Amino acid sequence: MSEPILELRGINKSFGPVHVLHDIDFTVRAGEVTALVGDNGAGKSTMVKSIAGIHPIDSGEVLFEGQPVTIHSPREAADYGIEVVYQDLALCENLDIVQNMFLGRERGKYGLLDEADMEQAARKTLASLSVRTVKSVRTSVASLSGGQRQTVAIAKSVLWDSKVVLLDEPTAALGVAQTRQVLDLVRRLAEQGLGVVLISHNMNDVFEVSDRIACLYLGRMAAQLPTKDVTHGQVVELITAGRSGDLGIARPETATI
Amino acid sequence: MPEELSMTDTPSTGEKAPETGAISDFGIDTTSKSAGEALREYWAKVRGGDFGSLPALLGLLVLVIFFSAQSETFLTLGNIANLLAQGAGIVIIAMGLVFVLLLGEIDLSAGTASGVAASVMALHLVKSGNMLSAFGDGVFYITCAFMVVAAVLSALLRIWPGVVLPVVGLVILLLGVPPNAWIEMLLALCIGTSIGSLTGYLVAKVGIPSFVVTLALFLAWGGVVLKYIGQGGTLPIRNDKILFDVANGNLNTVNSWILFLIAAGGYGAVVLGRHFTRLRKGLVAQPTPLVLIKVAAVVVLGAAATLLLTQNRAVNPTVTILGVPYVVPIVLALLTLGTFVLDRTQYGRHIYAVGGNAEAARRAGINVAKIRMSVFVICSSVAALGAIVYSSKVGSVAPDSGGGNTLLFAVGAAVIGGTSLFGGKGRLRDAVIGGAVIAIISNGLGLLKQEAAVVSIVTGLVLLLAASVDALSRRRSAAS
Repeated sequence: MSEPILELRGINKSFGPVHVLHDIDFTVRAGEVTALVGDNGAGKSTMVKSIAGIHPIDSGEVLFEGQPVTIHSPREAADYGIEVVYQDLALCENLDIVQNMFLGRERGKYGLLDEADMEQAARKTLASLSVRTVKSVRTSVASLSGGQRQTVAIAKSVLWDSKVVLLDEPTAALGVAQTRQVLDLVRRLAEQGLGVVLISHNMNDVFEVSDRIACLYLGRMAAQLPTKDVTHGQVVELITAGRSGDLGIARPETATI
Repeated sequence: MPEELSMTDTPSTGEKAPETGAISDFGIDTTSKSAGEALREYWAKVRGGDFGSLPALLGLLVLVIFFSAQSETFLTLGNIANLLAQGAGIVIIAMGLVFVLLLGEIDLSAGTASGVAASVMALHLVKSGNMLSAFGDGVFYITCAFMVVAAVLSALLRIWPGVVLPVVGLVILLLGVPPNAWIEMLLALCIGTSIGSLTGYLVAKVGIPSFVVTLALFLAWGGVVLKYIGQGGTLPIRNDKILFDVANGNLNTVNSWILFLIAAGGYGAVVLGRHFTRLRKGLVAQPTPLVLIKVAAVVVLGAAATLLLTQNRAVNPTVTILGVPYVVPIVLALLTLGTFVLDRTQYGRHIYAVGGNAEAARRAGINVAKIRMSVFVICSSVAALGAIVYSSKVGSVAPDSGGGNTLLFAVGAAVIGGTSLFGGKGRLRDAVIGGAVIAIISNGLGLLKQEAAVVSIVTGLVLLLAASVDALSRRRSAAS
């Protein structure tokens, strides 16, 4: 088992009177895929946005590589090497793959563009992820399929020596074959030593690629367990009831938002 | 690549052209394509709805054939040189507008804003640089205050050229610098920049839709020109040799050929240099034969045009008129500079990004407001340069300068050339091609002794056609 690269301890977050996250403990390890599951409204997105610096946390501690850190903005998160791939991908359709991957962080001196350097770096990153579905790195994003776009968005996030990548439902809108590609890609990210957090509603996907499953129930961390120690049924119970046998929150019926 | 990964290269690209066979490892794209393959790919792109400037070029060809069949004068050297000078003003304003259109915004005030720049320029010349007496006290101080505000607004978003130029203009106004053609042109540019700062700030920071801001300013600047020049007045600038020569003068024969060498040689060197560098580094590149043909075509056409334009084209046998008109190097320089900014700088890349998906650009850390304001600064500044050219062509500045159809022709030029009104798509050469279409229509119909009504109706219909092509191309690319 590797060292935790990102650790949350006792995180609380409220929006006005609504207490969304209660004393969340959460660990991301390098080289592992941690699946984050939970019903709608369980607080998955809020948690991701808190990690990414979009929502400031109310209390609790965030440790990055063992050091306590405070992240105020997505920029700061990116500086630590934490990248988030949101569901809507945020790609510019009128630009090509290289241009999208380097958007806002173009290489080159004096405000000019070093296209050769960027193209080579983009190709190297895609090759390291064994992406074989794009014909040319100069293809415009408008002509890519959903799975290819997801691939580009994920590749973009690992281009920056990132250490933790959070993926928000990367397979939600994809067909069978494309889901396959993206799951393979998720696995490869972990093999490269990144800490990967995968938010998903699809239990098959979760069991297929994750090393650990973290289950949120009404803003509380019901359980965080190795995937091989739990069954499908137990995870579903944890998601819907917050408890399954000995696992989960002691008295989920008292849990309130 | 390991065996087990090959499963990933299956169907994902259902809608992509299956004729290219198995989807190859993208590492293969480093080898350059054969010319035939590249042409087929281009054809597939056109069929997919990405027309680029193809419809405008075809239209241009049709118009040239039509008018040369109908009118004997159309293809004479004199008329062609005249056409260049007539179209240059619109083309330059359209080039500035492309920057705004790339963001999916519009600047309806570019025309009358250019009129303001032109009238200040002419007043400075006519009133010997004493703007205080030219404007009258009140108007003078309001103008100065406006330029200070413009500089401050630009400073707020740290658009430094937008700070420097208004300050320079202010200094020229306050010092009462004596008239000099270059000073006057600089002053016109400074006025344009100041106007752009205001428009840009209102759109980017205050958040008023650009359509409304620039519609309001279109009316306001029209009034300002009237106020500056006075009802019925006309300010002549044809007495100043330099100002008059901008659109009416020609390079001498030697300089014409030097221009050809610089332009064609420079184009060839840049295109070929880049092409072979890409090949050497193993990057995606066009097929070598196509690149060579392209460069050769530009060189041959350039040489032919230079040769023709250095012939005597005067109708009257007692005078000789020859040489490439000054407007050619002016437009070429602006085209080169603007294309360089859009294609080779981070700033240009960010313009395309904001135009394509502002939210994605924002998340990528791009200062969207700054980009949005800056394109209006560019648009109005370039429009002021256009004003210098069209005023020079006419030889005077009238109260309706920059009003009327000026702006609409310029927008039309950009759109006819293939710039999308929806943002994110367009190039500066579109403005040049589209401007040529518009100039040829009005010139050709004029030669056929058609009345102004017909010219307007035809131009309108051509614009409608161009906008339909744009909408159609979007539909096709959305459907694919």
